[in-house]
Amino acid sequence: MTFSAFVDILVALILTIAMALMLTRLFLGPTLYDRVLAVNAFGTKIVLFLAVFSLAVGRGDGLDIALLYALINFVATIAILKFFSYRSLEVALHDSEPRTARKDAEGR
Amino acid sequence: MNGAEITQVFDYLLMVMLLAISIAVIRLQNLFAVVVLTGAYSLIAAAWFVSLSAADVAITEAAVGAGISTVLLLAAMLLTSREAKPTSAFRHWSALVVMTAAGAAVFYALGDLPVYGSADTPANTGVGMDYITRTPEEINIPNVVTAVLASYRGFDTMGEVFVVFAAGVGVALLLNLSGRGRREEGGE
Repeated sequence: MTFSAFVDILVALILTIAMALMLTRLFLGPTLYDRVLAVNAFGTKIVLFLAVFSLAVGRGDGLDIALLYALINFVATIAILKFFSYRSLEVALHDSEPRTARKDAEGR
Repeated sequence: MNGAEITQVFDYLLMVMLLAISIAVIRLQNLFAVVVLTGAYSLIAAAWFVSLSAADVAITEAAVGAGISTVLLLAAMLLTSREAKPTSAFRHWSALVVMTAAGAAVFYALGDLPVYGSADTPANTGVGMDYITRTPEEINIPNVVTAVLASYRGFDTMGEVFVVFAAGVGVALLLNLSGRGRREEGGE
């Protein structure tokens, strides 16, 4: 086994340990935001793992999937946070005016 | 250690994580944690599919499992409470019996499966080889699975797309994803 292949496998193993640590935070995380942050970091670990893994095994298609995961991870985090702040997906992100203020404006 | 053995080591590591997540999903009462854990489960399962060199299945699992179903489960959770009621361990004993029987049947059938990566399985000797030899000449794309799904079984895939679209519209209407009805109720 060449040295670079050994380093690839070592890095993949370390990333697996990091994924396990993120999982414990997901299991224990007392608040919602701990879990959102943990799942976001977990997705990043998966992306890195896929890139290193496809290097170690010598298959190029893992890199394409790693890119796709990075996009999905971002969209899923935005969706979760948006759902908890607006309870709907149809609100535009720049519409950051607080809901109570808008109700006051309608009342007047 | 060659490539196949390395991928098998990572297969086992990923499977251990899948098992841990499944147990946590069953045990946890906080429904938001369960929704997030199912998303993480899909991500790991998709990484596992990459290690099994099923790239197209991995893309589908990531898009559907981690992307869409997380949002759908969140929308369903907003209609109910945020916490699950604790249930006693032996309430669903009939389900336990059925699952034990099904698991025993699967383990019994495992003995007849071909060896992992073996070249003389029915899938690799019969009609599968035919697709592999014909795809480069007839379809001229590198991925055989895509050729089978999108060209050789194109009508089948089109029917699946119709079914999935109808199911998606139904779920979106049931869950009130736009939130428009609620806003009108509240406003007037």
